[in-house]
Amino acid sequence: MFIRLLLHLLLLAGLSPLLIGVITRTKAIIAGRRGAPLWQPYRDLGKLFRKDMVLSSTTTWVFRAGPVVGIAVPLMAALLIPFGAIGAPFSFSGDLVLFVYLFGLARFFTVLAALDTGSSFEGMGAAREATFSCLAEPTLFVAFIVLARISGSFTLDTMFGTLLANNLQTVYGVSLVLTAICLFIIMLAENCRIPFDDPNTHLELTMIHEVMVLDHSGPDFGLILYGAAMKLMVMGTLVVNFVMPPATGHLLLDAGLYVAALLALAAGIGLVESGMARLRLIKVPQLLIGTSLLSFFALVLLLR
Amino acid sequence: MTPTFFTNINGLLLVLAVYLTGGLLCLISGPRARLAHPLGAATAAIASALGFIATLPALSAVAPQHVALSWPAAGVDLALTLDPLAAFFLLPIFLLTFCGALYAIDYLHFPDRSWRAGLHWFFYNSLGASMTVVVLAANGLVFLLAWEIMSLSSFFLVTHDYQEEKVRQAGWLYLVATHIGAAFLFFLFFAASRAAGSLDFASFTALRTLPADSALLLFFAALIGFGAKAGLFPMHVWLPDAHPAAPSHVSALMSGVMIKTALYGLLRMLTFLPPIPGWIGIAVAILGIIGALFGIAMAATQTDIKRSLAYSTVENIGIIFLGFGLWLFCLATGHEAAAFLALIGALLHIWNHSLFKGLLFLGAGSLVHATGSRELSAMGGLLRRMPLTGSLLFFGGAAISALPPLNGFISEWLLYLSLFKAGQDTLAGTAVLFMLLAILLALVSGLVMLVMTRLLGVALQGEPRSQAAATAHESSAVLLIAAMLIPAGLCLLVGIAPQLPLQLINGPLIAMLLPNFAAADTTLLPPFGPAWSFTMLVALALLAIIVTVRTVRRRAAGRIGTWGCGYLKPDTRMAYTAGSYSQFAQDTVFCSCITPTAASTRSAALFPPAAQFRQERLDPVLTRWFLPLFRKLAEQAYAFRRLQAGQLSIYVLYIFTTTILLLGWSIMAP
Repeated sequence: MFIRLLLHLLLLAGLSPLLIGVITRTKAIIAGRRGAPLWQPYRDLGKLFRKDMVLSSTTTWVFRAGPVVGIAVPLMAALLIPFGAIGAPFSFSGDLVLFVYLFGLARFFTVLAALDTGSSFEGMGAAREATFSCLAEPTLFVAFIVLARISGSFTLDTMFGTLLANNLQTVYGVSLVLTAICLFIIMLAENCRIPFDDPNTHLELTMIHEVMVLDHSGPDFGLILYGAAMKLMVMGTLVVNFVMPPATGHLLLDAGLYVAALLALAAGIGLVESGMARLRLIKVPQLLIGTSLLSFFALVLLLR
Repeated sequence: MTPTFFTNINGLLLVLAVYLTGGLLCLISGPRARLAHPLGAATAAIASALGFIATLPALSAVAPQHVALSWPAAGVDLALTLDPLAAFFLLPIFLLTFCGALYAIDYLHFPDRSWRAGLHWFFYNSLGASMTVVVLAANGLVFLLAWEIMSLSSFFLVTHDYQEEKVRQAGWLYLVATHIGAAFLFFLFFAASRAAGSLDFASFTALRTLPADSALLLFFAALIGFGAKAGLFPMHVWLPDAHPAAPSHVSALMSGVMIKTALYGLLRMLTFLPPIPGWIGIAVAILGIIGALFGIAMAATQTDIKRSLAYSTVENIGIIFLGFGLWLFCLATGHEAAAFLALIGALLHIWNHSLFKGLLFLGAGSLVHATGSRELSAMGGLLRRMPLTGSLLFFGGAAISALPPLNGFISEWLLYLSLFKAGQDTLAGTAVLFMLLAILLALVSGLVMLVMTRLLGVALQGEPRSQAAATAHESSAVLLIAAMLIPAGLCLLVGIAPQLPLQLINGPLIAMLLPNFAAADTTLLPPFGPAWSFTMLVALALLAIIVTVRTVRRRAAGRIGTWGCGYLKPDTRMAYTAGSYSQFAQDTVFCSCITPTAASTRSAALFPPAAQFRQERLDPVLTRWFLPLFRKLAEQAYAFRRLQAGQLSIYVLYIFTTTILLLGWSIMAP
């Protein structure tokens, strides 16, 4: 278990900024540019951690706690899920609820850290984040219920284990494909990617996540970016586990396969982001509710 | 007095005696507020502390304890029984009565020559005593008597600030609602006593053999009667008015524990009634989730901090009823495992809600005290000015949002597991329903997050929104803070060591309510135990260390104002308000009946007069269902006015006729 714990933490800490780099690079190539090197996110983080920071005189301890919780939560949540064929270091009955609520903890602190500044722009982003997550959280639960029903277990390790890919060819296939699509959409929504939010937008009025962190700077901002990258990797792992083959018996080979799948997913996100524009804010709840209905349809198909 | 003599029902008799003496002394101390205020608080605190110690062993004792005083005139004894079910509800009652009394010492201020101190503490002590007797009552008469005293004393506590028109209205609504509920309870107990042969709860076991339809009738009488007190949707209408009107320690007591006595009554009746059919369980669960959704959506639109918290109580009661409904369904259909998880989750949620709602109401009271207003728009920036109270409120908000590792998360976790388990074990039709309930519960908890971040963010953070908020400062009163620290500490304890409360509940209590289930079966529970506690403690300690180190050793190049996106003269009037925070959810998620009604006067004239804009956040159930209904009833009742002719001779005739009829009845009766 200790090796798996170490491997999980190393993979998460080492690999997550690379995903952001791959997404940016893909978008650049599609747009006909050369783009920044793949390790640019690492450089950015390093620069931020060396910087001084400016704090708003309105803020309290909550403002400083936000980034810490924002990076601690993906670290903890990652320990509950398998990375491809590498099993979860911690696994117990009902850990799926803990997984969802850990992200709730991060959101609580991010939103309140934003409100701590008293800026109306950040309030706007906080309100949007809190509202959208109300709609995204149920879908995550439905997806977990579908997988729990198929695997007959309430542990994420079994639900997202390597039997998932096998089940794709059985009667459960349709439900599983629908669930995977829903999880992909939820991953985009939770990580503020296009079409829900544009991480590169320039107008504060249209932002969701970026506007909440306007006042963070230096190491605090670095923690936030790092935490966001880790969150993307954790949510992305849920999606790639649908296609991961069973364990090869060789730990490094398993890890390599998993990394390859994640990089492919990141390229996929880049393609999605190049192919479409951000939705109008009014349309976002409709898409999220539609996703909930789709996931519920997957559940009904399973129970029929 | 040996501990063994004390830690049982004798101890509780002593507790009642202290409450009553304290209350009466306060009453006869008359206008001497300087005497009555500390005296009333001290007796209430001593009695409840003694009560807590005396009750604790009874929770895991198998044999119930009785005590009875003969009361020939009533035909039944003044009998009390202490069993695990009663003990389960007594513990939070004593705890919050204690915290409320501590809090009120510094929170309430009375002019020196005023009767109000004596009256307040008389009713506070009598509320404490009556809640204790309601839970201990061993027959219907004692129960109803204590129930009435409880309703009346809480009514007088709610109308503490009786000079305000709104407070009187809220008190009136509460009085009417609670007595309509009580009418159903009178029917319930007298119908039950007819069937069982006596008002004694001991004889109510005969109800087990009732035919199904009369058992159902009794169940619905109990559901409506107790539901009205508990604030079960749609009978919650009194609650959002009464809780804000009361002083904050009374709100905490009412919302935290008084309404739970109704849940006690319902559970007690369920132990007498024959097994309830499964569809009733489903109906109760659906009613619960509707109430939870409605309550939390209403909470999101309120701008009065205490009104928002009161609606959140409606939501939590809904969640508890969801658990009860699932328990009843699984009990009827033989899914013992899911029934166990649902029941233990709902029971733990009752305790948890007492803790965090008590904490939140007390904290909100301090904010109201500091700013002189209950409106969120008059607060802001209070976490900097009142760091202790603010942080404790923050803590309570995190607990009620069911965030790990605090207590709300544990009970919601158990409820999710019970829904999943029921969905796994039952047939497709009902399984879909349980999955849907789980999804709606997820939606509810998402909305709780919205409500709590809104409440904390607007009240505690940003810049002050009023002059009073800008000059607010932390109270130096130790007791005020101590009263909030106790529930906060317990929230954390239940979160990191859930095995402790679960061990207390998962004993004789579960055996009472789930007779066919091996109570000690903990394999169904998530792995709460030393490992869980250790992990949570380490995670918490690490977080605390990181935050502290970074806050102390901040490499801040400087502190300047919040970045205004280039705008140079930011003003608090530009800050995001409570209304704007929930606007987005209102427009996209809620149904239109929830949105506040707006009335504005706008003139198109060349020199327009001052325009007005007013928003009201009234309860749609009250304004659309109950008020029209009662208006109709009042119109019908108008006909009876003719009986009141106002002539003395007519009244003499009434008295004469009544006497003749009574005479005839007493002759005819055997």
